[in-house]
Amino acid sequence: MALVTLEVNGIMHSLNIDPATPLLWVIRDHLGLEGTKFGCGIASCGACTVHIDGAAMRSCVFPVSEAAGKKITTIEGLSSDASHPVQRAWLEIDVAQCGYCQAGQIMSAAALLHQNPSPTDAQIERAMSGNICRCGTYLRIKQAVKTAATIIKE
Amino acid sequence: MLQTIRTSFNRRSFLKSTALAGGGMLIGFHWAAAGIPMSDQAFEVPEEWFKFNGFLKISPTGQITIQSPNPEIGQNVKTSMPMIVADELDADWSKIIVEQAPLNTAIFKRQLAGGSQSIRQGWQSLRMAGASAREMLKSATAQLWNVPIHELSTKEGHVLHIPSGKSIGYGEIASKAAVLPIPAEVTLKSEKDFHIIGTSRQNVDGISIVTGKPLFGIDYKKEGMRMAMIVHPPAFGLKLKSADLTQAKKMPGIVDAFTFKTYNEGIAKSAFDNTSFNELIAIVGKTTWEVMQGKKAVQAEWKPMPEYVEKRALFDRTIDVIIPSGLESTASHLQKMDEAAKTAFKVVRKDGDPETAFGQATHVLERTYEAPFLPHNTLEPMNFFADVTETHATLVGPIQTPEIMEKSVSERLGIPVENIDIQMTRMGGGFGRRLYGHFLVEAAVISQMVKAPVKLLYTREDDMTSGIYRPAYRVTYRAAFDADKKLTAFHVRAGGVPESPLSANRFPAGAIDNYLAEEWSVPSNISVGAWRAPRSNFIAGAEQSFLDEVAEYMNQDPIAFRLTLLEKAQASPVGKDNDYDPVRYAGVLKLVQEKANWSPTNQNSGRGVAAYFCHNSYVAQVVDVEMNDDTPIVKKVTAAVDCGIVINQTAAVNMTEGGIVDGIGHALYGNLTFADGVPEHSNFNTYRLTRHREAPKEIEVYFVENGIAPTGLGEPPLPPVIGALANALYKATGKRFYKQPFLGKA
Repeated sequence: MALVTLEVNGIMHSLNIDPATPLLWVIRDHLGLEGTKFGCGIASCGACTVHIDGAAMRSCVFPVSEAAGKKITTIEGLSSDASHPVQRAWLEIDVAQCGYCQAGQIMSAAALLHQNPSPTDAQIERAMSGNICRCGTYLRIKQAVKTAATIIKE
Repeated sequence: MLQTIRTSFNRRSFLKSTALAGGGMLIGFHWAAAGIPMSDQAFEVPEEWFKFNGFLKISPTGQITIQSPNPEIGQNVKTSMPMIVADELDADWSKIIVEQAPLNTAIFKRQLAGGSQSIRQGWQSLRMAGASAREMLKSATAQLWNVPIHELSTKEGHVLHIPSGKSIGYGEIASKAAVLPIPAEVTLKSEKDFHIIGTSRQNVDGISIVTGKPLFGIDYKKEGMRMAMIVHPPAFGLKLKSADLTQAKKMPGIVDAFTFKTYNEGIAKSAFDNTSFNELIAIVGKTTWEVMQGKKAVQAEWKPMPEYVEKRALFDRTIDVIIPSGLESTASHLQKMDEAAKTAFKVVRKDGDPETAFGQATHVLERTYEAPFLPHNTLEPMNFFADVTETHATLVGPIQTPEIMEKSVSERLGIPVENIDIQMTRMGGGFGRRLYGHFLVEAAVISQMVKAPVKLLYTREDDMTSGIYRPAYRVTYRAAFDADKKLTAFHVRAGGVPESPLSANRFPAGAIDNYLAEEWSVPSNISVGAWRAPRSNFIAGAEQSFLDEVAEYMNQDPIAFRLTLLEKAQASPVGKDNDYDPVRYAGVLKLVQEKANWSPTNQNSGRGVAAYFCHNSYVAQVVDVEMNDDTPIVKKVTAAVDCGIVINQTAAVNMTEGGIVDGIGHALYGNLTFADGVPEHSNFNTYRLTRHREAPKEIEVYFVENGIAPTGLGEPPLPPVIGALANALYKATGKRFYKQPFLGKA
């Protein structure tokens, strides 16, 4: 066990915890932020995507000890009222079916648009291919990323 | 034509109205209760139909709350079904709040959400509820204003009296309406007057989804809750010999570890109790990560499971199913399927004289198609919360069969059904997997043993390797032709491990004079179940690929060829019990032909077509592919869908797009093979699910507008697209694709 201090969505947390614990389970079990989802546990589906210092990362394989001192943003930190441009775009395009993967999709999309405000179709596909949507909403996701890019520019 | 329906049967009402304590009205109804014919013919009405599982509440402020009992697995019922109520009610959609029905099984008897049937069954009853409330609001207004009811109309949450120009909000009159008797019969709106049905309404849970609210079973928690995981046998055909849990119990955060049996030996299980592994090892601890680590410290030995007899409770009887022993492999399955297809088939349907027709044929086309086992891979793994005390059990999580599982839990725990409360959460995908609730019983047993609330969670590896798969299938088609290349007979022989995919009364049955359908099966100890569009998910693609080859041999355009057969099925159907409507079938083909600009003479190089009927709906698709070296790129899919009246346009398009992406993805990549009883994939690093860059670049969806009562849409768009894809790949590559996955290893 080790004392780890984390900044999640702008709030500091101190935890006495096994330093190998993946960030996902710290966020879900210890901090009670359950928007970040468990899908595979091996960084292969993207359901657990969060931002670590602004970059999209798979929290299910990211040891909490390495997250110390970094700025972590989860879906709850994007906005709680769906006002973030990517969230707004997701609603406008009515992307979700079951909705389980969408927090991870939104986090990947937000990180992409932060780096590249005008991604091409191919760039969207490449950046988003780590996020599985089992319901198959990929076309709507692509459309929503483009819509979000437009909202950001307005 | 206006339709009038009765709100009661044998003087018992399907609806109940109550005034609310704080003002307003509450109408209770059953979502499936109005499939009653108007005539007094003998018709047994299920007792449950008089119990209410949906509620419509109109508050004094005019806010309308619709409580839906239906589980949301991503098929949009939580939005679409209230749209039906709201339309008949003439409500203002912006004033509507949709809630999952409160979680109390004493009042709410809930339903199975499988088979794309929710909308189909709910259509009449939801309209009855909305229309009855509307009539009661009008009656109350007529009394209040002392005007004849026929002078009143309703619009966007108000009752209007056109002659005087007066209007009153529903909220203001609701308390008076609540105490009026339920009208004995109500007239439903005509389709042209729909103002919500057929429009696009955003998912009512959209904001909760995009802001990460805890909606899913995996998110449910309770003070003092423990986490639990399970170790199941590493191979089908093995069972527990012994377990050493000493080390596991010493691991940090672990509170208990033990072996247990999910079901009592010898009981008759329903199909939804299916599981291959009854004796399991449970690890219970404080946090998910600690339990994951504790699980790794379990030391267990396994032994061969002998052949056993499982009692299955069917609707009307109990049957014995022999579950074979042995460690099965994909290679052994293929060999056994070969043998069974040659020797162990039975005739299911025969029209005319197919033997003679084949004997006299100048040419016989024979093709065999195969597909492997598939896991469902819902992105939310199996999980359930259970809080079992000595007298009660509360269970919360993603399940589609709560009423059935309630009985299973009751039997296993020794707690009466009335003390068992199963609550449904939103489900992170279903695809059939959450019909099978063994994980719910497992959670209940673990909670009972540790005397604490627990959340059972499957890891992805547990989820992918412990069963309930789409069966492995094989089908051989034969077509007989005379010297003029006329199709004279058709033969289908289909089977699988452990079930056949055949639907013998589907097209082209009914369209061919000499028709023979046979089936066979190979027993297995690998647990299988419904997977999105059961059976159709394989046989549609095979059949539609074969018909493409038949048309090609006959030098006919594939759409024109199908339309000719459908005209025959319409004009002079062969045989009995043909389970499709040839006119609607032809309708989707004609629509897709038009929308995809299909031309027999000027076809794109990589273009294929297919159509299929299943779950009461008709879908035709044209797929356009291009090859990038050996990788197909699906440029466009054009879909024509006949699911009757479309309730929520955006959601219906979304479901269709999803089915297409799902069908194409599984046809190209989906493959769960076995070696010595062990599934050869256990996670998404090697098991390939379709991803963004592999999805079709464009999908266009068109609906047939025919005013027919709505039918299912969760499943029908998937099956035919596999055939359309195979046919497009043939045009693009010159090769026929007979084995799924099309891009898999041989």
